Amino acid sequence: MATEATDVVEKAGPGMPQLDFSTFPNQIFWLVLTLIAIYLILSRVALPRIGAVLAERQGTITNDIAKAEELKQQAVEAEEAYNRALAEARAEAQRIAAEARAEIQADLDAAIAKADAEIAAKAAESEKAIADIRAGALESVRDVAKDTAAEIVAALGGKADAKTVAAAVDARVKG
Amino acid sequence: MATPAEGGGLAFDPMKQFEVKPLFGGDVINWYTPTNVTLWLFLAILAVTALMVLTTSKRAMVPTRGQSMAELAYGFVYKMVEDVTGKDGIKYFPYIMTLFLFILMANFLGLIPMSFTTTSHIAVTAVMGFGVFIAVTILGFVKNGASFLSLFWVSSAPLALRPILAIIELISYFVRPVSHSIRLAGNMMAGHAVLKVFAGFAQVAAIAPIAIFGVIAIYGLEVLVSAIQAYVFTILTCVYLKDALHPHH
Repeated sequence: MATEATDVVEKAGPGMPQLDFSTFPNQIFWLVLTLIAIYLILSRVALPRIGAVLAERQGTITNDIAKAEELKQQAVEAEEAYNRALAEARAEAQRIAAEARAEIQADLDAAIAKADAEIAAKAAESEKAIADIRAGALESVRDVAKDTAAEIVAALGGKADAKTVAAAVDARVKG
Repeated sequence: MATPAEGGGLAFDPMKQFEVKPLFGGDVINWYTPTNVTLWLFLAILAVTALMVLTTSKRAMVPTRGQSMAELAYGFVYKMVEDVTGKDGIKYFPYIMTLFLFILMANFLGLIPMSFTTTSHIAVTAVMGFGVFIAVTILGFVKNGASFLSLFWVSSAPLALRPILAIIELISYFVRPVSHSIRLAGNMMAGHAVLKVFAGFAQVAAIAPIAIFGVIAIYGLEVLVSAIQAYVFTILTCVYLKDALHPHH
């Protein structure tokens, strides 16, 4: 048991390999070489490349955002133009409708006036005819009454004086 | 030898995984010898390249899954540097990105079974920790001249307290690289050693289910720790950099 333990210790050397100073120059030499190599790879190739890619992507994104903003602006403008055109068209339509309505109204008014005038003329004419007829009728009634009265007086045995009978009938009809 | 003995002599050594060995045989480790450290550092380079270069080769406007991971890592560290150090710290972003990606990839590679965790070695983390410390201190003096020392002179404190605070600040300043590097190496080493201990206990049939459950649980924790330690190392680097750029409290 004891020999085994010492075997191990002898094989492992003096304790921790980390404190074996004889290997230090070797490790330091290779480490410095490694660090220089990594530094050169990074600073010459990798970092500029990644930096460029990131900058390019940033630029593209900024450009795209600007473009999108512009397109959005254009869309807003287009919508405004469309709305303006729509409003104009609507106003035009209203104007035309109002004009048509006014024209029709004027025509209508003229026609109504004309019709009214015709109706008034016709009414006056008719009234005159009626008045004539009425006057004619009155005259006829008077004639009939005079004749009838003269006949009646004759029938009753009187002697009818046409003049007196006419005067009496006129007085009666007027009365 | 490999069978578990009754007396508790389990044949495993949790620290063996951290040994530095030459890659192509032999015993001598010179400063130039390719070792397992070399191999796993190289794999870390490959992993970083795979994440940051191969995925972004198409430079797609709409990123693929791999490219978004690379962009995510980029954005994460970039924002961290910008938030902590301010606009004038951005030019040090590649250095901080290098540290972050190296530590992240080395930590994750270390979680592959049978692998070697380079960031568990104090030699590796100390180079980075002291590297940051020295770079930041020099930068502080270059940028601010002698007024960099006002970092240690807490002008908002009562006058009588200021010398004492200055000593404390000075000590804490010089402890920074030590804590900075030992935090990372310690976390990595402890986690992997614990994993190995649980794996060793799994050799004993009676407690194997518990041990295996322990391995799974600790492994999950270690995945978390790997990412968090990379983040902690990076953000502390940013904080130290901020102190160098803006030393006035």
